[in-house]
Amino acid sequence: MDSERDTYRPQPDFGTPPSPGERAGAASVTVTIDGRDIAVAPGTTVMRAAALSGGSIPKLCATDSVKQFGSCRLCLVEIDGMRGTPASCTTLVTEGMRVHTQTKKLEKLRRGVMELYISDHPLDCLTCSANNDCELQDQAAAVGLRDVRYGYEGANNLAQPMDISNPYFDFDPSKCIMCSRCVRACDEVQGTLALTIEGRGFDSKVSAGLSSDSFLSSECVSCGACVQACPTATLQEKTVKEIGKPERATVTTCAYCGVGCTFRAETRGEEVVRMVPWKDGKANRGHSCVKGRFAWGYAQHQERVLSPMIRSSIDEPWQEVSWDEAIAHTASELSRISAKYGRNALGGITSSRCTNEETFLVQKLVRAGFGTNNVDTCARVCHSPTGYGLKTTFGTSAGTQDFDSVEDSDVILVIGANPTDGHPVFASRMKRRLRQGAKLIVIDPRRTDLVRSPHISADYHLPLRPGTNVAVLTALAHVIVTEGLADEAFVRERCDWDEYSHWAEFVSLERNSPEFLEPVTGVPAADLRGAARLFAKGGNGAIYYGLGVTEHSQGSSTVMAIANLAMATGNIGRRGVGVNPLRGQNNVQGACDMGSFPHELSGYRHVSDPIARALFEAEWGVKIDPEPGLRIPNMLDAATDGLFKAIYIQGEDILQSDPDTKHVAAGLAAMECVIVQDLFLNETANYAHVFLPGSTFLEKNGTFTNAERRIQPVRKVMEPKNGYEDWEITQLMAQALGLDWNYTHPREIMDEIARLTPTFAGVSFARLDAEGSLQWPVNDAAPDGSPIMHVDGFVRGKGKFVVTDYVPTDERTGPRFPLLLTTGRILSHYNVGAQTRRTANVVWHPEDLLEIHPTDAENRGIKSGDWVRLASRAGETTLRVTVTDRVAPGVVYTTFHHPVTQANVITTDYSDWATNCPEYKVTAVQVTPSNGPTDWQEEYEAQATRSRRIRGHEGAMEPAE
Amino acid sequence: MSAHTTEKLIYMANQIARNVTHEPDPVAMIADHIHAFWSPRMKADVFAVLDGAQGAALDPVARAALDRLAAHAG
Repeated sequence: MDSERDTYRPQPDFGTPPSPGERAGAASVTVTIDGRDIAVAPGTTVMRAAALSGGSIPKLCATDSVKQFGSCRLCLVEIDGMRGTPASCTTLVTEGMRVHTQTKKLEKLRRGVMELYISDHPLDCLTCSANNDCELQDQAAAVGLRDVRYGYEGANNLAQPMDISNPYFDFDPSKCIMCSRCVRACDEVQGTLALTIEGRGFDSKVSAGLSSDSFLSSECVSCGACVQACPTATLQEKTVKEIGKPERATVTTCAYCGVGCTFRAETRGEEVVRMVPWKDGKANRGHSCVKGRFAWGYAQHQERVLSPMIRSSIDEPWQEVSWDEAIAHTASELSRISAKYGRNALGGITSSRCTNEETFLVQKLVRAGFGTNNVDTCARVCHSPTGYGLKTTFGTSAGTQDFDSVEDSDVILVIGANPTDGHPVFASRMKRRLRQGAKLIVIDPRRTDLVRSPHISADYHLPLRPGTNVAVLTALAHVIVTEGLADEAFVRERCDWDEYSHWAEFVSLERNSPEFLEPVTGVPAADLRGAARLFAKGGNGAIYYGLGVTEHSQGSSTVMAIANLAMATGNIGRRGVGVNPLRGQNNVQGACDMGSFPHELSGYRHVSDPIARALFEAEWGVKIDPEPGLRIPNMLDAATDGLFKAIYIQGEDILQSDPDTKHVAAGLAAMECVIVQDLFLNETANYAHVFLPGSTFLEKNGTFTNAERRIQPVRKVMEPKNGYEDWEITQLMAQALGLDWNYTHPREIMDEIARLTPTFAGVSFARLDAEGSLQWPVNDAAPDGSPIMHVDGFVRGKGKFVVTDYVPTDERTGPRFPLLLTTGRILSHYNVGAQTRRTANVVWHPEDLLEIHPTDAENRGIKSGDWVRLASRAGETTLRVTVTDRVAPGVVYTTFHHPVTQANVITTDYSDWATNCPEYKVTAVQVTPSNGPTDWQEEYEAQATRSRRIRGHEGAMEPAE
Repeated sequence: MSAHTTEKLIYMANQIARNVTHEPDPVAMIADHIHAFWSPRMKADVFAVLDGAQGAALDPVARAALDRLAAHAG
């Protein structure tokens, strides 16, 4: 393995992918290659065996990210006892095989092949952007090509127009050698099948979409797999063309979604040349999406704030100050407010975008420095029901599988998740398994891309009415129990039988049958029965879910209903099965693990637990309040009541991301000291008194924990432009408040986390550097981490079945608000869009659109592109519509990536019964034609512009949003 | 404490009650839940209105749970 920080060189390419045997660690076949003996797994190609033994057979069309193809004829070898010169990429090893990779005959053949390639390739190596980083160049050198006898005067493909339509990479067909690695990467790795070879023979050409398409107009999703696979400069990052060949490579972890892809940040000096997916990364296995691969330009965006700023009132312009002044002012304000209103008037919010170490320090500052448990995290508004539901049923708040597990799934059930947009790299791995024949059930109000895409078609799509998840899941359980499909042997061994019996009796009631519930859920009973039978009896069944499960008034019940279903069918505790929450942000799991909730210390130990508290009190030298603190919505309520006065918000934009914007704004406006630490003047900063500029993931050290509980290093590749890593800023605040903190590196924070948190006992930066990643929990019981949870028994002992009765939400449609609004994400943008809107990703999605069914649109006289007014009981906004039958009649859908849309002005303050996770996914609305922005939108825009003024920059600074 | 905030707390207690009707001991379940997740002031606010007009909006099971918690706290 190459080291995590190194001089730049491409990652080793073994030519063909590892065989299943090699991945399982087998090495039972011994072969001799040029006199070197090597033992490899059965199914290994000669090419791969040669590379594993330290050799390198010339090749062009082979690369280890895609299956062998055998077209370039460069990798020919001679094998004792075998006639001719077989291609090493398509020949498998056999015991005792003797291979010769370099003979006079092979030299001549290879040189002849190479000569033909070069006769139709430009000879502009010195000025080519791939110079010295080009496989064609390397192989021409390897085969000793000295002359091209054909000349260059004949017909050729050298003057073809370039396609520069994609904002991140160019396509230069003149440099193409027709190896088709790009086409195969698009098919096999990404699974979009956007590329093809058009024409035949000499006229063959790589083409995106139809011949009339460009890369941008085609169905290409800009994942970069083709660029990665290209051996020449044909498909290459524009940044390489602009900057040059990288000088160093540092392995780090992407800061976008919960998949947690690892990348090599390839740099020159402190400038990033490109982000390339790391082949050894266990979350992404060398794949990437348009966000992580390309959308990192926000780090250098002109709107990034680099100087701390303060102001005494939000009506005043910001005043830039030194770090010393900003920190002293902040500490003095916090002390003043604490003295005047009491310690419980203070609180903090940690961010799932920040590292484990940063998050741990923020909650430590709140508990030990502010002296209150008023700390919450943005997981409140996304996966808090996962925490409650899985802890109740299984005993701990965590997905049960690693991502590799999907390779063994036979039936995949996706509910309330849109992985091709929200978790694209995992979606590609899921789609690969589906193309191999796994069955698919999608439960979603909207026809997501996964329901029907190239070579994939869901066996069942249950388009339920938003808000009826529990009813649908209970109906599935009804069919499984009443038709005798449950795995009772598993339940008897692993779960509490009495609780199961009670649950089974409940789900068997007639009122839980698919037929009875059809009018409520809108799901045809026959389809629901078919899906239940398939899931129960189709082999390994795995459930993947997202925020379409959690962000409901019955979010926690839905998570428990999912857990019930997995237990009842015996789908827990081995590869290919399980309950898998797809986490929204990069470090949701980590932020939760780190004790970010007001009732829990790190490792999910309740603050009332005297043993846990004593441990922290001894380490920190302070008393910890044994009573839970306030959750985000309760902090805002207390603020409007005049009882909550100061908040420290790191890396989170609650004004844009939390429901009922007007309520959030009123709460923030009622506070005396709002401290925002972020990259940009976000929406929340409109109400802030202190702005502390944050650092990007490229500028800091630390760890993120992804959706499969994998703890992975984040490594600094450039100095923080704002002056400090985020954990240093928290430490400065702590020191100014009189706390004796002296961390010199995040590794020391992780050591403290490990000392205080039994599930992190075995985690250290040294181990992460040595092993690449570790899957939580890592302790005496699982010293090497835990790829699969609950293998020999549930964390809580016996699995617990919980009766989940369907309780309809109080958010109901009626004559005034007859439609149901639900929300989601799109591939090119991330969350509130603060980062991706500041990149070229806006070419794919410049604005949020409202999807509406043709019938509903016609009834209202609306057509695609029209402006409409979207109103709920909470508020109204305007946006443009797109008419589509992806949504059912009665349902409308939008994304929430653009602040101008103000989608959360519409959402209500209804929330999950157990965790108060907001009910984003169901809002009763009306849609009517409109001419333009609402009064609220105009007022909001004016307030935002006013509040973003910076003294000395008037006129110079454009509004940030 | 505003009437609106207290009204929300009562709504939350009632919502919990509606979701745990099939538990073997719903009163204990609700009491445990509120004990574990609500801040002291949220609890105090709702205890203060148990006997008033606002408290009348409480679901009987939620009310029994809050009575039990209030007795412990008192």
